[in-house]
Amino acid sequence: MNLPELHWLPKKSDFKGALQLARADRDSARQLQSLIQLSRCQSDFVQISQIDRTFLAVSEDTRATSLQKFRLAILPSSTVDHLLPAIRVAGLRFGLDIEIYLGSYGQARQEVESEFSSLWQFRPDGVLFLSSQQDAFAGGSAQGWADLDALAEGAVGALRATWNVPRDRIGARVLISTVPLLSAPEFGNYDRLSPSSQLSMLGAFNAQLARAASEEGYQLLDLAGWVGRVGCRHWFDPALWHHAKQEVRPQAAALFGDLVARQVAALLGRARKCLVLDLDNTLWGGVIGDDGLNGIVLGQGSATGEAFVAFQRYAKKLSERGVILAACSKNDDAVARQAISGHSEMLLRERDFACIVANWDDKAKNIRAIARAVNIGLDSLVFADDNPAERDLIRRELPEVAVPEMPEDPAYFPYVIADAGYFESVGITTEDLARSRQYQENLSRERLKSEATDMASYLEGLDMTLTVGAVDAAQLMRTVQLINKTNQFNLTTRRYSEAEVAELLQSNFTVAVWGRLIDRFGDNGLIAVVIALPGEAGAWRLDTWLMSCRVLGRQVERAMLGVVVERCRQLGATELRGEYVRTQKNGMVADHYAKLGFENVETAIDRSVWRLPLDQYVNPPLPMTVKWYNG
Amino acid sequence: MVESEIYALLNEIFQDVFDDPSIEVTSTTSAADIPAWDSFNNINVILAIELRLGVKFTTGEIEQMSSAGELVQAIERKKKR
Repeated sequence: MNLPELHWLPKKSDFKGALQLARADRDSARQLQSLIQLSRCQSDFVQISQIDRTFLAVSEDTRATSLQKFRLAILPSSTVDHLLPAIRVAGLRFGLDIEIYLGSYGQARQEVESEFSSLWQFRPDGVLFLSSQQDAFAGGSAQGWADLDALAEGAVGALRATWNVPRDRIGARVLISTVPLLSAPEFGNYDRLSPSSQLSMLGAFNAQLARAASEEGYQLLDLAGWVGRVGCRHWFDPALWHHAKQEVRPQAAALFGDLVARQVAALLGRARKCLVLDLDNTLWGGVIGDDGLNGIVLGQGSATGEAFVAFQRYAKKLSERGVILAACSKNDDAVARQAISGHSEMLLRERDFACIVANWDDKAKNIRAIARAVNIGLDSLVFADDNPAERDLIRRELPEVAVPEMPEDPAYFPYVIADAGYFESVGITTEDLARSRQYQENLSRERLKSEATDMASYLEGLDMTLTVGAVDAAQLMRTVQLINKTNQFNLTTRRYSEAEVAELLQSNFTVAVWGRLIDRFGDNGLIAVVIALPGEAGAWRLDTWLMSCRVLGRQVERAMLGVVVERCRQLGATELRGEYVRTQKNGMVADHYAKLGFENVETAIDRSVWRLPLDQYVNPPLPMTVKWYNG
Repeated sequence: MVESEIYALLNEIFQDVFDDPSIEVTSTTSAADIPAWDSFNNINVILAIELRLGVKFTTGEIEQMSSAGELVQAIERKKKR
């Protein structure tokens, strides 16, 4: 289980046969599904090319039914032709159809600056700039430590101007990469002490790249970090550099492709959100039902016991940065909970899990129940289980769930989850940090719901306060994050960068409102964003309407409508226009505008338009207090 | 490893890399016979051989190889050592 192998993917026993079967299939939808399945297994670079060639022959229409399209322009500084199949195949793994435009080697600036280059004709959704050592050394050799930082800042500053163009010109997402050290050390240990060494220069350059990425909102592909984990010799082969100017060996192509695809997936809000953990032999050694509280292996005193604690610590870290944890175990509920609460060495306690399902039903059924309870899609789940039979069952029954291969030795569990990159992020907010607690509170709410006799008294009992405010600089980052990751309760699924939203806010006629819901169990955080833009003849167009699924069924949408109506009226609106654009994930809001009393204007297969005249609209009574945020 | 075994393996590698099950590799097969055998795919062929046979060719050896006969000779040299 070593990188650059994608060791978390299962091996395919009969690749040749499976590929032949897929190729012979006349049903193109089924053929695509077979290719997606192959992409979720390990394969070497020749096999990747074979999957890719078959995929490229699948029609656009068929691809569009089950994959999300992303047009990626790559502006390289070395030969990357051999990496493109791996990027597309990794895309399949993440549910993406990545169409690639490959710029000429070392011509990023020219392509970006020329008004009519084929780059612009391609209309990229994202542009990946791959920097090189030459970029880092462009300013010459550093004369001292202060000079080193100034040189790096200068080098990155010049590149920034180029990188910003796709974002500013067409709103494309920008991805940049750090530069790994591939050449042989000059002195050895002393390289670190010499400001003019390649090691020091690249270190300073990469630090400036990271700073630029965080300031400008680029997505960063940290190749330098990954090469450190993989090992330079496994990533780079000088012979292939001299032959073909390849900076990435074909044997590492699969990993490179996966790294690119996972960043694109994160940008599109498709990163995983929840880690579902088995208990016996996954969080501790042994079987609690057989071995008892004192018989399971966990904690100090045994190396294996410490390895399980280390895995729990890793899961806890993930949860602290916003990944939801759930447990799914074949056990009696009381026995499982007793182990979690009662064992002195347990690091993860009941409060760390959004949901604990321990029973004797099959795990596919239980994982579906977890997705429902936590209110996220199956494609947001990762399932970690030491038992190959359970993994196999879930892969077959619930192919949307990511199921990593777990090695026999628990010491390696954290590295499996980390290497697979399920939980990549586009930026961490305070909301992420509070999320696990929020899910915990949600479960208390669920309990209340089952106790309450009817919905109205349940809602009254929640003591809800919806605080609403105009989107401004302070809330911009969180607003944009919600815009880019909300998939289900999202009427139009339009994705915007911070710069784009800031531009919309420049107009006094833009209505952009956020909502934050507090109830007796706690703060749900920012859970709603609505953006309305002036349209024709006094009608304001609801360009964006999205909400967190955490607050479904709480009548927050009614409250938000009331707020938007009030705002738009103040600006002279006589009508609201609503639009629903169907995606694979937002079927739940197809009737959103009908439920809110809008009239249907037109309906097509994948889109409907609605209107609400404002002269007669009166806000209904709501089970919550609504107030405007001030200061 | 005898010559016929090497040819059987080369056949399989060529068929996979060029995705063409009709390819039959002989000692005289060269880039002229297989239109897709360009410098890019040449690297892929050599890497596939390295991967499946556990051998490693030097930069100089790779430069010399342009026909199947030369590939077989290079493999035989590696395997003898």
